[in-house]
Amino acid sequence: MAVSFWQKVMDIDRRWIYLVIGIVTFVPILWYIGMPVKVTPEVKAVFDKIESLPPGSIVMVPMEFDPATAAELEPMAKAVVRHCFARNLKVMTTAFMIDGVVLVERDLALVAAEYGKEYGKDYVYLGYKPYMQIVLLNMGENFRKPFPRDYYGKKLDDLPMMQGVNNYSNISCIVGINATSGADYWINYASGRYGAQLALGVTAVMATDYYAFLQSGQIFGLMGGLKGAAEYEKLIGRPKDVANRSMDAVSVAHVFIILFIVIGNIAFFATGRQKKV
Amino acid sequence: MQEVTFGTVLWMTSAAFLTVCIFSFLYRDNPLYRFAEHLVVGVSAGYWIAILYHTSLTDLWIEPLGASISAFSQPGGSFAAKTGMLVVNIMPGLIGLLMFSRFYSKTSWISRWPIAFYLGVSAGVALPLFLQSFVVRQVAANMINPSDIFGAMAADLTILFSYGNITFLFWQGFGELIIVVGCICGLAYFYFSAEHKGIMGGAAKVGIWVLMIGFGATFGYTVMSRISLLIGRFNYLISWVSAIGDFLRI
Repeated sequence: MAVSFWQKVMDIDRRWIYLVIGIVTFVPILWYIGMPVKVTPEVKAVFDKIESLPPGSIVMVPMEFDPATAAELEPMAKAVVRHCFARNLKVMTTAFMIDGVVLVERDLALVAAEYGKEYGKDYVYLGYKPYMQIVLLNMGENFRKPFPRDYYGKKLDDLPMMQGVNNYSNISCIVGINATSGADYWINYASGRYGAQLALGVTAVMATDYYAFLQSGQIFGLMGGLKGAAEYEKLIGRPKDVANRSMDAVSVAHVFIILFIVIGNIAFFATGRQKKV
Repeated sequence: MQEVTFGTVLWMTSAAFLTVCIFSFLYRDNPLYRFAEHLVVGVSAGYWIAILYHTSLTDLWIEPLGASISAFSQPGGSFAAKTGMLVVNIMPGLIGLLMFSRFYSKTSWISRWPIAFYLGVSAGVALPLFLQSFVVRQVAANMINPSDIFGAMAADLTILFSYGNITFLFWQGFGELIIVVGCICGLAYFYFSAEHKGIMGGAAKVGIWVLMIGFGATFGYTVMSRISLLIGRFNYLISWVSAIGDFLRI
């Protein structure tokens, strides 16, 4: 019996789909189209908060990502830090994902060099400590308890920026860039226990979970995945940075995935919903 | 522009090779993929040990312990206070060392003590705050005054029909209405002490739709997330080719 077209579609080797997705993702990276990126209120809220701070205020930007999630969160972290430095705000950073400790150090140094910022005076990198929830609670009392020294081994009291900076009450706001359930800890301890002003930048997978906290007012802003990063880049006037350039590829890949889902469903119903082994 | 050295090219090429090794799994499982996978596990373990030693063990345990031993050996000061500090600084190390008892089956039961200690502390610290942040605050966020919801919708319609202006207050109220109704219906779906018939059945059915829409949104975001990671690797491979070009002055 001749095999129907839809049966052939059902039997297609999944590697062809991988190949198509690979090609349609790769091509727009090479040829930049510049598809429009609409700024959402939850990302604008983060921008507005940083914009409203007087120069010299300290913004804490904890960066919890590793090489596996850097593609989404690194552009976001860089955009937020660029915004802070452009506004002459001071930046304090931690890295509670152990695989990302060096990535964060590199990114901070790179952006600081762009704006001529000096370590210890304009920004401080505290580095990594294990058992995040205990560390966050301790930071609410004094940053020096969990971090007697910064990432480079310098005592916090020896850093000019840290003079008189003891706990969350000395920080204007926290913009946590987070790829883990550590975001829950920031909500629970920094915001819940110590009332710190908190916004989150999370991977796209996590984003839907955190809209509930935005609605409840536990966070004042939310950036989700590469789209959130692209929106922030646009807000700070860098519409050709990596996240925006990548949004073309995201859009084209999404169109093809939707097409595949539609075709797959048609094939599924056309072949009489036979159970495949 | 930063100068591209031979070392940069070498490391970038290693990373590009490992990226291709991992991608090769999309075709089928193969030794190159397994090599890259095992390398990641091994390198990560070594890297973690080094980072933990330099950023945690030294400044949170070794240095305070050294300071308390030094203070203890110095004349003067309160003996009780010095002994107290010494014990406080020795205990974390001792409790941590108990974890190594897992290496021998006869002593592995001892490792339950530090685990129990950690679990006890974590649960004690987390539970009250967790209830506050993830239950009380979320429940409170769903207690929206109905007069606010319908008031906003009515105000918008009044402005629209009286002045012809759109204020979007209607959609704000409508959104809040969806949150309240969606929450109640979602809870109804998970309420198993009453049969899902009549009003309860209807609410549970709406609850399923609310859940499905939530899952759909999460799936959409997940697809975007995975594509973003693929883009990240492609961007890396492009920067690798570009670095080789710069190195060879092409």
